[in-house]
Amino acid sequence: MSRTIDAVVSPTQTNTIPADISGHMLDLDEDDDLEVFSKDSTLADGNMFNASMPTSPGSMVNQCKFEEDEESDSKDIFITVDNPESHVTAIETFITYRVLTKTTRSEFDNSEYEVRRRYQDFLWLKGKLEDAHSTLIVHPLPEKFVVKGMVERFSGDFIETRRKALHKFLTRVADHPILSCSEDFKVFLSAQAWELTTYKKQGPGFLSRMGETVRAVANSVRGVKNRPEEFTAIQEYVEDFSNKIGSLDKVTQRIVKEQKEYLEELKEYGPTYTLWSGSEEELAEQLKGVAGCIERCCKETEEQVGHLSDTLVPVLHEYVLCAETLKAVLRRRDNIQAEFEAKNEALATKKVDRDALKEEIDKLEDRVEWANNALKGDWGRWQRSMRGDLKSAFLSTAEKNVDYYEKCLAVWETFLLSQRTEPSEETDRDNTP
Amino acid sequence: MLSVSYLSALLLHTVCCLYPIYQLCFYIQYVVCILFISSASTYSMLSVSCLSALLLHTVCCLYPIYQLCFYIQYVVCNLFISSASTYRMLSVYQVYLMPGNSVYCGSTISPSQIPLYTKCIMRLKVILIFYSLQGRTLILKDLKSHESLYLVCITQLERRMADAGNKESAPIGGDEFTNTELENNKNNTMVEEGSTLLRRMEISVAEAEKRTGKNTVNMQEIFTVYLIETRPIDAITEVHNPAPDSLWRRYSEFEILRNYLLVTYPFIVVPPLPEKRAEFVWHKLSADNMDPDFVERRRVGLENFLLRVASHSVLSNDKILYHFLTEEHRWKEVVYETGFQAKADSRIKALSATFRVKNPDKRFTEMKHYSDELQSLTSQLLRVRARVADRLYGVYKVHGNYGRVFSEWSALEKEMGDGLQSAGHHMDAYAASVDDMLEEEEHYADQLKEYLFYAEALRAVCRKHELTQYELETASSDLISKKQQREELATGMVRTFSFKGMTNKLFGQETPEQREAKLSLLEEQIVQGEETVTEKTVECEEYVKGAWVDMQRFKEQKDRDLREALIGYAVMQISMCKKGIQVWTNAKECFHKM
Repeated sequence: MSRTIDAVVSPTQTNTIPADISGHMLDLDEDDDLEVFSKDSTLADGNMFNASMPTSPGSMVNQCKFEEDEESDSKDIFITVDNPESHVTAIETFITYRVLTKTTRSEFDNSEYEVRRRYQDFLWLKGKLEDAHSTLIVHPLPEKFVVKGMVERFSGDFIETRRKALHKFLTRVADHPILSCSEDFKVFLSAQAWELTTYKKQGPGFLSRMGETVRAVANSVRGVKNRPEEFTAIQEYVEDFSNKIGSLDKVTQRIVKEQKEYLEELKEYGPTYTLWSGSEEELAEQLKGVAGCIERCCKETEEQVGHLSDTLVPVLHEYVLCAETLKAVLRRRDNIQAEFEAKNEALATKKVDRDALKEEIDKLEDRVEWANNALKGDWGRWQRSMRGDLKSAFLSTAEKNVDYYEKCLAVWETFLLSQRTEPSEETDRDNTP
Repeated sequence: MLSVSYLSALLLHTVCCLYPIYQLCFYIQYVVCILFISSASTYSMLSVSCLSALLLHTVCCLYPIYQLCFYIQYVVCNLFISSASTYRMLSVYQVYLMPGNSVYCGSTISPSQIPLYTKCIMRLKVILIFYSLQGRTLILKDLKSHESLYLVCITQLERRMADAGNKESAPIGGDEFTNTELENNKNNTMVEEGSTLLRRMEISVAEAEKRTGKNTVNMQEIFTVYLIETRPIDAITEVHNPAPDSLWRRYSEFEILRNYLLVTYPFIVVPPLPEKRAEFVWHKLSADNMDPDFVERRRVGLENFLLRVASHSVLSNDKILYHFLTEEHRWKEVVYETGFQAKADSRIKALSATFRVKNPDKRFTEMKHYSDELQSLTSQLLRVRARVADRLYGVYKVHGNYGRVFSEWSALEKEMGDGLQSAGHHMDAYAASVDDMLEEEEHYADQLKEYLFYAEALRAVCRKHELTQYELETASSDLISKKQQREELATGMVRTFSFKGMTNKLFGQETPEQREAKLSLLEEQIVQGEETVTEKTVECEEYVKGAWVDMQRFKEQKDRDLREALIGYAVMQISMCKKGIQVWTNAKECFHKM
């Protein structure tokens, strides 16, 4: 989770960033993390078992370590996506998000930018980045429409989920050593709305892009002859990974669904006890006690489900999309190689225009070489971040579960305790006379 | 001598020193688990399949330890909870052993209290065993002193029990029923009154067996029989432990017994039988009557029924019941000889008929209302619980898929492989843990179900009261009308406009002879009527008295039972939470290693 990463890393960067900015950034981070920490403190209060379990300190240490390998070089560009706003025009309704950039990079004229962007702009940026760096792994954007689930397009939940995903996308691009230096990225972050529109139009025409795709399709049909082994391995891995992450995503969504249903039933369960307490004299207190416990557990369950669908589900889903991106990247690499091979064949058969072809082949060879290297470099990076993300998501889920059970345990223990004090009074009474 | 205060001090002490131990126990379990897991990862150079076999083995080894821990925890919790009075601590079965509030202080133990003390000693011995187990793994400073304390306690109790065995002291009964109330059913009761059967006899339903046989229409059928074991208490206290008497009974025979009890003791809230067919099932539970889990739960339920009946101050002294428990053959004939079926039929008719009582007893109306409420509330609760259990089962079982995907995925990943693999195993364990939990919860559901059926019995008592009341009222109104007629005849005056008055006017006066004859007939009828009214009044009064006493007993029993059931439920929830913490802490550990 990038939020906690920022929080841990940013203190080391105070010297590189102007004081006011870093201060601001820290504020933001703390804001984000507030939720996490407040949860921890309630946990410590509410449960006596917590102290004996070596949970949170260990995890903190571990996270620290892992983040240091991850980003030892200093970060010089910070982006937040927030404040979604709905725009209604005659033709369409859309949401814009505020994109706030703070940077110390020399390519930027100012150190701070604030622009509003809509989903289509993000899509354009992604397309641009992929065109320019066809074998770099560009972090996936959220899907255009959420088909499954009952989420409406403009519901708060949907917008919030999308905002988080967009934020993640920009952060990932900004963290990328090559992508973050892209001109398109700079324009996206700094240009005003009209500037962006004109800039967009400068891009290669629709027809030329079409031609490229047609060529790509032709190449993919032809296939690659001598694909380097490592890329075959990667391809195989990606296939399997896509499979596994897909089923993990499904399992998790199913769990969320089951838990929601469980929650619904649980919501009915507590009141049934309360109802019963109405017709009992002696047992009323106890029945109410049980009802109270169930209701409190119900709240905890709700929180747990919320946490699960906030942390694990989006991360898993993100990597489902990532797997697709990876496949696309690999395809693009193959295309480049295929083109190179095709030209080589042409060279072998046709002896005419040798020089021109030779030149072209040299260029293509360079391109293949470059594409392979880029992909190799990015591959390691991607794997590291994937591992980190999934690990922290699972960790946080496990932690939440432990926390959930601890809270429920405390609830039921207080109930038992309340039952215990009562009889002890009775014993006192028995003994005194 | 063990005074009450000494016992309670001991209890406090026990609890105080057990608490850290069971925490420790958990901690050890945790540590052992972690050790195992980390040792597993050192084996990771072994092939994946070998590793998983090893882990499986580890889990198998750990399982009994878990079980032991939970058992001990359960015992401790019971001790905790039932510190209500010092006696309560002694036995879970106290419900059956103390139907009335029997007096337990004093320096001698009556023979009837022996089973209670036997249980107590057993309990203490369990604690001792636990201590010795701990002694092997842990060095506790004051372990020895506790041990000696318990030993002293046990020897004291044993000595006192031996004393009691020698003396034939009269049983101390807290039974609220006096002999007069039993007079109605004197024919059916045994000579020894005032003490329950359970104090004289140990009863259990030991096992169930599937059998095939021919039914009345000579069709092949499969049924289940239950083994009832009985053993006179006096025999147990002696040095040699005689083998218990045993006999087989079918569920239908239990039904006959209960019907007989219902008819013979209409004023008693007769304990219900376990359900005939599984109700409030959810998809994991089978509705099949031959399902071994169902048969087992029914066995427990039948035993519970017998214990409840045998600990009831009135029911337990029934001759037929004794017959049921001791004579395998000819029992049915003996029951049918009592002619209870004829009564049962009329009773069913009476209960199905609707009638209005003019002066209903408020207490009974309330009780009837309450029984309706209890029934609807418990059935609703059971329904919702079944649904909750179903969902919970789903949540846990879906987590099992993580186990599968993780272990498949772990083959792909070099760096996270081990962590994923073992996390997968924990997820499998998590999914599997729900079975035991819900099995245990089913027991809680059975406790609730018992009260659902009790509601029916309670209502029957109320209905029966209405019936007797109704009979009394019709008899007395009959008498009143007869008296009125006599008066009319005697005075020759027609007070109210009646058919008779009309005929008199139409057909002229009757002859004095006719009048005389009619008058004497009426006179006779009035005497008869008066007799029935007094009879009915007495019957009704006695019924009210008996029923009210038993209802109070029932209420107390219900409060006590349900309180324990609820506490048991809480304990169950706690153990579930602890298991959850356990699994997820382990899983977290695994994710850390990734």
